[in-house]
Amino acid sequence: MMKQEGFLKKGEQTVFLLRSLFEQYGYRKFKMSKFEEYDFYADNRSFLSAENILTFNGLKGRLLALKPDVTLSIVKNTKGNRECPERVYYTENVYRAEKGDGEYREMMQVGLEYIGDVDDYAVSEIILLAKKSLDTISARSVLDISHMGFVSGLMEAAGISPSKQGRILACMGEKNPHGIRQLCREAGVSEEMTERIAQTAELGGSLEEMLPKAKALCCNEKMEQAVAELEKLLACLKACVYDQGVNLDFSVVNDMDYYNGIIFQGFVDGIPKKILFGGRYDKLLEKFGKDAGAMGFAVAMDLLERYGETEKTYDVDALLLYDDTTDTIAKMRAVQMLQNMGLSVAAQKKDDGSITYKQLCRLNERGVEVIG
Amino acid sequence: MAEYINIALPKGRLGEKAYDIFESIGYGCPSIREQNRKLIFENEENGVRYFWVKPSDVAVYVERGAADVGIVGKDILLEQGSDVYELLDLGIGKCRMAVAGLKGTRVHSDHTLRVATKFPNIAREYFRRQSQEIEIIKLHGSIEIAPILNMSDVIVDIVETGTTLKENNMEPLEDIVQISARLIANKAGYKFKSRQIKEMCEKIAALREGKE
Repeated sequence: MMKQEGFLKKGEQTVFLLRSLFEQYGYRKFKMSKFEEYDFYADNRSFLSAENILTFNGLKGRLLALKPDVTLSIVKNTKGNRECPERVYYTENVYRAEKGDGEYREMMQVGLEYIGDVDDYAVSEIILLAKKSLDTISARSVLDISHMGFVSGLMEAAGISPSKQGRILACMGEKNPHGIRQLCREAGVSEEMTERIAQTAELGGSLEEMLPKAKALCCNEKMEQAVAELEKLLACLKACVYDQGVNLDFSVVNDMDYYNGIIFQGFVDGIPKKILFGGRYDKLLEKFGKDAGAMGFAVAMDLLERYGETEKTYDVDALLLYDDTTDTIAKMRAVQMLQNMGLSVAAQKKDDGSITYKQLCRLNERGVEVIG
Repeated sequence: MAEYINIALPKGRLGEKAYDIFESIGYGCPSIREQNRKLIFENEENGVRYFWVKPSDVAVYVERGAADVGIVGKDILLEQGSDVYELLDLGIGKCRMAVAGLKGTRVHSDHTLRVATKFPNIAREYFRRQSQEIEIIKLHGSIEIAPILNMSDVIVDIVETGTTLKENNMEPLEDIVQISARLIANKAGYKFKSRQIKEMCEKIAALREGKE
């Protein structure tokens, strides 16, 4: 028998593992078409982290777009409500132009969305699933958690107007204390509040150790509520013995117009960028006029392409050479025999170097002979 | 064995100054002082590995995780908009980004401003905030010539002492932003080598405070 990991790529393996993980928690597969009407994305442009959308004309001149995102389509179609939640997951290709690429790329995303009454249980379930998803990829992973309520509470307490928040939040995202100090000085923020913001940006470490520090930084009810929510989450994770590698880090920031509550991103050792990202986006549901909360995350599968390639890989285990004199049936039998030994085989007349192999074999009248 | 911290240094004077800082806080790597053409130097004892790269490439190495941390000018960070942590202002390599032109040039007038620069993103962002319509002329060096030959109205470039400008009958017209060298870190690397990188930051910050 061939072992699964023998021929499945890391990305393919991960898709299987994630699907079975999500189904275990009652998430159903959501399948969508490759494109939507362009206007649909244009209306919600700031929700999409991608600025560019790949458009084309439909048959009747309608402007269509290859989907840059799956969440929007799920939200548009959802029947989830506060009484009865909808749990869906997806494995879909999205089309985006990343900064610096200069061209659109097809990228696979696997993710899930919970739409309904996002209570403490739902939050804990999603965070647990996010951490478990990272664990299916690597034994060394970190999930960074932030809370939009805490950050926006802090901005309000400091009296920073929404127009100035953007640049300060960007500095928080960079863990850039000198940048924060300079922008706060320009915005006339008091020194005491400036230091609070700088300290908030620098916080980073296990949820358990950092929460008391975050608590000490609170200066209004909104921030306290956020900490209380995070404390409940920590208690749940600890009860499942799943709090290792879950960090508090307020440098995770996202668009305040769509996200509220907990937001998070995940990293695994060996991949230089965040591979998982998500959060709570009740405000998006509001914009669609739906009476429900929502939370979810996505895993960027394209980042797994080069991950875990430690040993040299071969195209096939064995390359079987034959010549015109060998009987076709004998060739078939020889290939079958090698396959029964658990090897992958390519049979051809010449080794011209275009295919890499572990073993080189030749088929002659005596049978299969290993020659290199 | 502890994991190495990979440090990308910009080739040139700034990189050498930055290396002096690392050396003085215990991350020395004696082989780096030898005169040769090697690009990578490591010291197993201190767990550091240095490599010299083109200054404008430092942020690329860090963003893609080939380096855990790097030293880079704020001008390059602003221009490239890299997705990295900017942990410290090292306070070295100080200069400023400015709009400059021939003496007496008016920046704001009723026609489109022609701007010659190596930093199109910074220039575009600056004039966008001022609602000034511009036309960017992207150059790779000797920017000062552009206004002299009347190819552009102004330039956006780094000004250190202003001597080059003066010698070419030009002057700084408006300051855009103060520039200095920054310590940046890869976002994922910062999670998995957190203790080492934080320790490094604290030592550099302590050294800076001691000097001030």
